[in-house]
Amino acid sequence: MDAILLQVLNGLDKGSAYALIALGLTLIFGTLGVVNFAHGALFMIGAFCAVTLSRLLTLSHEVIDETRTDFLGNPLKVDVPYLYDIFGETAGAAIIDWAVPLSILFAIPVMILIGVVMERGLIKHFYKRPHADQILVTFGLAIVLQEIIKYYYGANPIPTPAPAAFTGSFDFGALIGFEPNTIIYPYWRLVYFAFAALIIGAVFAFLQFTTFGMVVRAGMADRETVGLLGINIDKRFTIMFGLAAAVAGLAGVMYTPINSPNYHMGMDFLVLSFVVVVVGGMGSLPGAVLAGFLLGILESFASMREVIDLIPGINQVIIYLVAIIILLTRPRGLMGRKGVMED
Amino acid sequence: MFGLEKKDRSLLILVALLTIFAPFILNPFPEGSAMAQFNAGYPDLMQRFVIFGIFAIGFNILFGLTGYLSFGHAAFLGVGSYAAVWMFKLLSMNVVPAIVLAVVMSGLFALLIGYISLRRSGIYFSILTLAFAQMMFALAYSVLTPITGGETGLQLALDDPRILDGAGASAGNIPVPSLFGLEMRDSADLVLGSWVFTFNIGYYFCAVIMLLAFYLSIRIFRSPFGMMLRAIKSNQQRLNYTGLNPKPYTLAAFVISGMYAGLAGALMASMDPLAGAERMFWTASGEVVLMTILGGAGTLIGPVLGAGMIKYMENIISKINSDILHGWFAFLPDGLEDFVVTIIYPFIGKGWHLTLGLIFMAVVIFLPGGLVEGGQRLAALFRRKKTSTDDGSPAKTEPAE
Amino acid sequence: MSKSNLTRRGLLKTGAVAGAGVALPTYLSAAGHTGFTNAPEGNTVTLGFNVPQSGPYADEGADELRAYELAVEHLNGEGDGGMMGTFSSKALQGNGILGKKVEYVTGDTQTKSDAARASAKSMIEKDGAVMITGGSSSGVAVAVQALCQEAGIIFMAGLTHSNDTTGKDKRANGFRHFFNSYMSGAALAPVLANAYGTDRKAYHLTADYNWGYTTEEAIRSSTEAMGWETVAAVKTPLAQGDFSSYIAPVLQSGADTLVLNHYGGDMVNSLTNAVQFGLRDKQVNGKNFEIVVPLYSRLMAKGAGANVKGIFGSTNWHWSLQDEGSKAFVKSFGTKYGFPPSQAAHTCYVQTLLYADAVERAGSFAPCAVVEALEGFEFDGMGNGPTLYRAEDHQCFKDVLVVKGKENPTSEFDILEIVEITPVAQVTYEPDHPQFAGGALGDCNNGA
Repeated sequence: MDAILLQVLNGLDKGSAYALIALGLTLIFGTLGVVNFAHGALFMIGAFCAVTLSRLLTLSHEVIDETRTDFLGNPLKVDVPYLYDIFGETAGAAIIDWAVPLSILFAIPVMILIGVVMERGLIKHFYKRPHADQILVTFGLAIVLQEIIKYYYGANPIPTPAPAAFTGSFDFGALIGFEPNTIIYPYWRLVYFAFAALIIGAVFAFLQFTTFGMVVRAGMADRETVGLLGINIDKRFTIMFGLAAAVAGLAGVMYTPINSPNYHMGMDFLVLSFVVVVVGGMGSLPGAVLAGFLLGILESFASMREVIDLIPGINQVIIYLVAIIILLTRPRGLMGRKGVMED
Repeated sequence: MFGLEKKDRSLLILVALLTIFAPFILNPFPEGSAMAQFNAGYPDLMQRFVIFGIFAIGFNILFGLTGYLSFGHAAFLGVGSYAAVWMFKLLSMNVVPAIVLAVVMSGLFALLIGYISLRRSGIYFSILTLAFAQMMFALAYSVLTPITGGETGLQLALDDPRILDGAGASAGNIPVPSLFGLEMRDSADLVLGSWVFTFNIGYYFCAVIMLLAFYLSIRIFRSPFGMMLRAIKSNQQRLNYTGLNPKPYTLAAFVISGMYAGLAGALMASMDPLAGAERMFWTASGEVVLMTILGGAGTLIGPVLGAGMIKYMENIISKINSDILHGWFAFLPDGLEDFVVTIIYPFIGKGWHLTLGLIFMAVVIFLPGGLVEGGQRLAALFRRKKTSTDDGSPAKTEPAE
Repeated sequence: MSKSNLTRRGLLKTGAVAGAGVALPTYLSAAGHTGFTNAPEGNTVTLGFNVPQSGPYADEGADELRAYELAVEHLNGEGDGGMMGTFSSKALQGNGILGKKVEYVTGDTQTKSDAARASAKSMIEKDGAVMITGGSSSGVAVAVQALCQEAGIIFMAGLTHSNDTTGKDKRANGFRHFFNSYMSGAALAPVLANAYGTDRKAYHLTADYNWGYTTEEAIRSSTEAMGWETVAAVKTPLAQGDFSSYIAPVLQSGADTLVLNHYGGDMVNSLTNAVQFGLRDKQVNGKNFEIVVPLYSRLMAKGAGANVKGIFGSTNWHWSLQDEGSKAFVKSFGTKYGFPPSQAAHTCYVQTLLYADAVERAGSFAPCAVVEALEGFEFDGMGNGPTLYRAEDHQCFKDVLVVKGKENPTSEFDILEIVEITPVAQVTYEPDHPQFAGGALGDCNNGA
């Protein structure tokens, strides 16, 4: 029982990352009808916004420490961040410690800008082109983006820890009456889950309760008619693209303390997020979110020792297996609409 | 001749000439010159060109004609490779049984996966094929290690049975794949002044098979069956209303293209007897999609061009390092040399992916029909100049089928 | 048809005879001329450096490449000579190899066996490389080693830790200087027993591919021999980003030690996740919960940041070693590039020197002569103490370092501290040890 509860928690957490990425992907699919293979790269760039900000915060000048030596036997050069000079060491260190949450503020404008530039500069020319062309151009773009990151940041993962206040874990099991140490959960993962829920809620509210959202939903259903009504749907679609990029980017920012970011993390998530979107059903936002959490939880169950012992290798294939079963039993995924990307 | 129309016949003859003289065409620069870096006429790469050409031709029969975008075609390539290597291990180093078994096995896998996946269309179909391929990759890499060799790939060993070859034929060293005694790795060289041209048996073996595969694909494109597949692409619903069931046709196309992939896998194993699981990874499936679109989906020659382009980038550009760059630009003054090298450096060597990505984008932006359209535009340009009967209308891009 | 897979470089130079043959294909049976594949003619010799330049190990590959460039410099008599001054064999004179200037070509393995073989083939067929070296994973090492065996080229493995490279997949033309899973286990177990006691319950998370299997087996058998109990061993999928669902159940199992048989990016992620879950703050069975990482890569451990502090592991070499060889190498490398070399760089540098030295001693580039010169070769001054290249399996036997994540690092390179230098005797095993069973070296192959 406790083991299962534990994996549900894990699954919710994994699922939040899937759901966030799939949400952005579906926004672009659904509104613009574009297969965006660069969406994983947007997630990755979001993560590197956090890296960039923490690099900016730790911009340093060198102070020579005569008492110690470096690996060649020369006096050791110690880097002292400028922030220490400005705010003093304690306050400076605290700011640096909070680099990841601060990156949210940094990432939102950056990601929206990248999204808008991408849409205006490239994607908008591909609305009427076949999906194959969209795949080729966005895949090319994804490679270019990730190579640029690799050029500047290298290929190794870069540590971006959560603020000290959120490190460690708490005993969730003890809270609800299990034995101590059976269900422990890291604080930061709870933050991630809450954050994902907040973003998902915000996006839905935005689409549901604002005029803007109403127009976009109308555009998703019937773009031509909306255009005939004299509404500038193009401009709104640009904004939607920026929004989707921001969602992907924020998912990336908050993900950095969970796994140290590297330049190919976007590609690693890309295929998975496509599977999530399709299992959820093309063009359905709730479907994408639901599929994200469902696959996350099932993946967690499949990684239990008892399950692997029973069916060796199941943890390797569970997501794909579930995808096949769902697509065979429900032709358009969980909540897909008829006719979207079916030909 | 061959039951082909004139246009197709000239295309086939052109391709045949290109493959026969590839060792010359691909080695335009004299040995030892600075440009020799760009020579691609060495056996391994030439073999790769034609093998991936076969793979892409087969993929195009499915994607180009029916419009069904399979995102898991590399799985069949992998199945073909594993089947071939197992034949080398168990039966004989002769490539014929290996190729036969590989094509049969990949056909069976394609039949099964195709039968299930074709119950859906559009992106749902793509994801189904992707899921099957990824499952096969993951299992081959891990739990199936006893069958597939896992991470290190399936390899030959000294103590393999090789029933037909008999024991002792291989004292101390593992034998190499051959065609009735003709070793695939044997080469002859032709030295002409400072040029060296290599003629490799394996390459010509693959080239002959590719020409056959190409010929077969022309016949399929031109056959009533091909027309039916095109009808599926243009309007499946209308086809249904006429009382025709498109499914058997799509499935047939899927199996044929799976067998092409298996054939390519078997040839890869015949040229280099190792089968690695990475061959089935989604990036490998994605690569053949990219090859086909890059060259021009639905055209006969496009996929081959796309395959050549990507393999050339992977094998030639990735090998240029900063040392070589400095060698090229040594004639420039020091400061300028460093500057030029700094500019170019990110795009070569370890940056070859960047160049590849830029080319993908450039092609799809400027040549919507792929490389084939580029060729047509060029041809149209020349034709216009020669005949000077330019009526001012832009060059029409007719499908190069 | 006789063997004639000669490549062009060798041919060009023998081609004086053939140069005139304009119309006739010059069909050469190499046997009569040089006797082996890509025999260097003229006054240069080409080596092939095949390292990952794209994919997750690209930075490690870049460091390997730096080491190779340094080695080439030293072999050609440029720079300060590095370990050539401390190497016990004095055959190398700084005038290239056998008087031929060393040139090199580079390629990208992409850490995929297929791509690595394609790249190695182009070096052999196009560039005329007489030796291939490099790589950052066992899958690639095994694949390229088999290729070199077929082609008649020497392969000097880069970073490869799986037992299989010199176990069931060993080849006569292949040599490994790096240590292996068995040695990690043998070196780590006593240190772990010392630090954590002999009454421990271990939980293994293992990367689900060959290297993971051999490492888990090695660590299990050596720790169990010390009295530890293995509670469970769970296989984790390749490139699993998030290990939370594997880490979370560890505490429930009653284990008090977690062994992470992961390398590189996987290790960074699983270790980060384990620390996040607060495992190291826990008390189980009245003992502090501990984590062990059998194979450390300092270069990549950097990605785990502060999480590595106090965690035991093993490594082939570390820049803080104080013997003359290591100091000379660190100085040479550090002066040129501004940071200390990684263990991958070290093993690649040493392999290049060892190859060059073997050629000098053999007086020939012919693979079989080189194999003979390397088999049973004993040397010192290369940073690992007295070392033997064992003839039976072409594995180097030398001291193994047990290291621990440093508590108070002074710089971004200062991540590990050496806990113990395990003497070679303790990590030596019989060639027919069960963990290395199967496979055969076969005969050396001169190719051509």
